[in-house]
Amino acid sequence: MLELHDLEFRWSAASPPLRFADVQVGQGGQLLLRGPSGSGKSTLLALVAGLLTPTAGRVVVAGSDVGALPGGQRDAWRGGALGFVPQRLHLSDSLTVAGNLELPFVAAGLPLDRARVSALLDRLSLAGLASRKPHEISVGQAQRVALARALVRRPRVLLADEPTASLDDAASDAVLGLLADAAREDGATLVVATHDARVAARMGGTQVLELAP
Amino acid sequence: MRLVALAWRFLWARPLVAGLNLALLALGVAAMSFVVLVSEQVERSVQRDLAGVDLVVGAKGSPLQLILAGVFHLDVPTGNIPLATVGTLREHPLVARVVPLSLGDALQGHRIVGTTPDYPAMYGAALAEGRWWQQSLEAVLGADVARDTGLAVGKSFVGTHGLGVGGEAHGDTPYTVTGRLARCGCVLDRLVLTDLQSVWAVHETATATDEEDRKLLEAEREVTLLLVGYRTPLAAVSLPRWVNAQEGLQAAAPALESARLLRMVGAGTDVLQGFGALLLLAAAASVFVGLVHAVREREPDLAMMRMLGAPPWRVGALVLAEALWLALLGAALGLALGQGLTGLLGWELARQRSLHVSGWWWSPHQVALLAGTLVLAVAAAAWPAWRALRLDVSRLMQAPR
Repeated sequence: MLELHDLEFRWSAASPPLRFADVQVGQGGQLLLRGPSGSGKSTLLALVAGLLTPTAGRVVVAGSDVGALPGGQRDAWRGGALGFVPQRLHLSDSLTVAGNLELPFVAAGLPLDRARVSALLDRLSLAGLASRKPHEISVGQAQRVALARALVRRPRVLLADEPTASLDDAASDAVLGLLADAAREDGATLVVATHDARVAARMGGTQVLELAP
Repeated sequence: MRLVALAWRFLWARPLVAGLNLALLALGVAAMSFVVLVSEQVERSVQRDLAGVDLVVGAKGSPLQLILAGVFHLDVPTGNIPLATVGTLREHPLVARVVPLSLGDALQGHRIVGTTPDYPAMYGAALAEGRWWQQSLEAVLGADVARDTGLAVGKSFVGTHGLGVGGEAHGDTPYTVTGRLARCGCVLDRLVLTDLQSVWAVHETATATDEEDRKLLEAEREVTLLLVGYRTPLAAVSLPRWVNAQEGLQAAAPALESARLLRMVGAGTDVLQGFGALLLLAAAASVFVGLVHAVREREPDLAMMRMLGAPPWRVGALVLAEALWLALLGAALGLALGQGLTGLLGWELARQRSLHVSGWWWSPHQVALLAGTLVLAVAAAAWPAWRALRLDVSRLMQAPR
């Protein structure tokens, strides 16, 4: 489902290469990218998401060599196969909670699946907040909205960048539990990038890729 | 939700900026639309009222004043001319038609015009009700006169001295309304038509102290203006000169004078058009600045859309769609405002018994105005859309500072 083969990336010809160990994660599996700041976690996520092109090696996601796809196909692939929960959530304050869940369909030019949106709002206890704006809800609620947005198109790979940043233990636990449960229910492969030791402890048994600066 | 709906939501997420841009666009469009609607109607009205009048003959004075008084009934005439002038001109080999007009009285501000049946025939006027005058002190009302006075066929009225409202009433010589004209969209709508004999009778009754006086007045009968039609276009070369050479007579060519008048009016409309264009340019600049800021503020939203699978063109199209929404709304509001302002002007002009201008008039140039506004909006949005298109999506991955 997710494979890294001899993966290497350079920001420029003069910069040192970032090399990543080979990894294979099956469909529905979990991968933890662990390392301190500057170790390349976000870069690797960007490579997996097709936002960056490897300078060497391959990233194969759901059967597609992402780095080899032309730009237009990469966008379409990302729209269909990928769900992403960014570190800063990036919910649109111009839209309501429900509007933020509809955004992935608009972005990909797909027909809106209202039933899916309603189901996710219910599943993540957000139904009562559907008409609120992101600045009107709590941080925890906003994280659930970001997760729902990532899941609304039934992605095959779910990426989460530092999902427990700025959260206390209880909140971290809740978020990680939600991530893992949601990915499992939809059969998605979960990739979590973090420097937080609590995440490794919570995600026991998960494949781990250690990154060093 | 579609892209256009998303653009709408993004647009109104900053209501103050959107409202300001909308107001600027609407005002610019309204100013230009107003000028187009009014100038087209004035020009059309002028051409309509000229109606085959080749020459206006009156008392010595300003040719423009003669035209304004004789053709458009907007100004006071330069004086009166002897009745014999009618016969003289009718006998002239270059003259095909002479229509005399006698002015001097009014009905609630609407001019009472003594004339012959040739006058309404020039405009193809038809009766909506009743019959034409057949004897003295019978009158036919123009459509606006009937509406404003509420007079019906069979009713009586008295004229007042002078061409405006007020003035001494000629109570001894009431008129009877025998007919009402159908609306012709021409100068006849604002006039009361009667025969020449009526106008003389009213003034002779008011002025003569005895029978001898009356006979003297009869012998000195005058008319105010003559509307002349040429027998041949060559008459335009020599007839005006011949008229001007006669003692006490002034010739005025309507086509020439109205062209001069429209040129003068045109200078004013040019200024207004220029003002409207400036407003539109200011609006375009404001839209440009607003969208540049919006793209900068909304970079995370737009980058997120790219992350969610939107191709670059769709993100750029989102910005363009915002601008187009503004342009459509602004143009619609502006056109409606322009029509409203024109209607307001028309109401005021009707109150002053002046030219007919309607707020329901539609000009093909307004389509061009709408199209131009859309093009302007697209031009203003081009660079912000290009910036949005080239957004660095990997910034989403960067840690907060």
